[in-house]
Amino acid sequence: MIDKRVKSVGEALAGIKDGSVVLLGGFGVVGQPQELLEGLIETGARDLTIVSNNAGFGSPMLPKLFGTGNVSRLICSFPRPTPPEFEELFKRGRIKLEVVPQGTIAERIRAAASGIPAFYTATSVGTKLGDGKETREFDGRTYVMEHALNADVALIQAWKADRWGNLTYRGAGRNFNPVMAQAAELTIVQTRHIVELGELDPETIVTPGIFVDRVVQVDSADPPPA
Amino acid sequence: MSATPLKHLSREEMAARLARDIPDGWYVNLGLGLPTLIPNYIPEGREVVFHSENGILGMGPEPSKHAIDTWLINATKQNITLVPGASIFHHADSFAIIRGGHLDLCVLGAYEVAENGDIANWATSANDTLPGVGGAMDLAAGSRQLWALMEHTTKDGRARLVQRCNYPLTASGVVKRVYTNLAVLEITPRGFEVLDIAPGITFDALQARTDARLHVQAKPAARGAAPKKEERAQPNWNPLSIVPKR
Repeated sequence: MIDKRVKSVGEALAGIKDGSVVLLGGFGVVGQPQELLEGLIETGARDLTIVSNNAGFGSPMLPKLFGTGNVSRLICSFPRPTPPEFEELFKRGRIKLEVVPQGTIAERIRAAASGIPAFYTATSVGTKLGDGKETREFDGRTYVMEHALNADVALIQAWKADRWGNLTYRGAGRNFNPVMAQAAELTIVQTRHIVELGELDPETIVTPGIFVDRVVQVDSADPPPA
Repeated sequence: MSATPLKHLSREEMAARLARDIPDGWYVNLGLGLPTLIPNYIPEGREVVFHSENGILGMGPEPSKHAIDTWLINATKQNITLVPGASIFHHADSFAIIRGGHLDLCVLGAYEVAENGDIANWATSANDTLPGVGGAMDLAAGSRQLWALMEHTTKDGRARLVQRCNYPLTASGVVKRVYTNLAVLEITPRGFEVLDIAPGITFDALQARTDARLHVQAKPAARGAAPKKEERAQPNWNPLSIVPKR
């Protein structure tokens, strides 16, 4: 019998190793799994690379994670506004920042999920963020090569899940979550609701359970008004 | 050179001037800042679908205070509404829409636009410690048309329409049109062509505030977004008597 449900956040996050690359769902705080982040802090895993669209401004838990000193690198598209916890570490050279165009982050994750080691995109050609990258011309246009962003762990927020790990999302909380869920070695999901197998309409499941490893139900709060 | 102050368009008038050039049926992404004013000025009867990079097509107006769904946000992370027919999708699909050339138009704010179509809108110096690019490079490189909506000069009077950008580029050779508080310009193989000038501003006054050389429009703009015939016929197009939608 397949049952990906676990009883606690602690159990969901068991075994995360030092040096892990962690994909963190969410755009701002909408769709960002706060309870899983809190659990990640409690594991004490060190030397983490976090992949997140933002640097955690307005987020209850991401700045706290930076504050532990356990994150050595952030890959994001938009680190502003910058929470003080991140800024201080950055100024002291204790954390590396890699700014990547948002669509390139998304596609690098999608490529990793799909077994595609690299791809070409016109995004960043001729800019500082494209400097030094391999380029190639197709039909007269120049493209840069971007590598798949392989990850050890994905932390995902869903709205509904079943014991097979099938997922649906809520509103704009979908954002990076489905593509990140597909791309990591270990995909951990926090969900507001767990439903019986068969209750999710197959036509509306966004993430098929094959991509998911662990599911924990938490009574997480709705995002605050913005 | 010190030019005398001119009466220029307000931010709302700039947004309105651009909005009237967006044809019925277009799919449009709006960048942060000034472009977010545009939906307020789409003329009645035109159906324009707004895309938000975080996975939404069919963004509606701001919610009323009593009907906020905090699960719905736009790229600026403000709460929004959805119009009937709206759809929600994940980030890789959202940027497939962008990168794949499915958007008819993207309107971005900019620090500088050059006569060769280069745009600089994400970092003000090569040494910014914490620059944020967001989706700007994807939008600039991927949209079918890129228009810039921006002040014609900096607050201290330095030109933003330049021969070559000084700030780090967002993308090169992509801007088709520029809407400023003083004029509307098209970027052509010979550089900036002036399509419209705000009321009371002369070509020479505009040139004095522009680093790049300006050209008089050779022929009326060909695309669907061109001003109407009767407007084109007037050498110094003006009215801006635009009533906001709401």
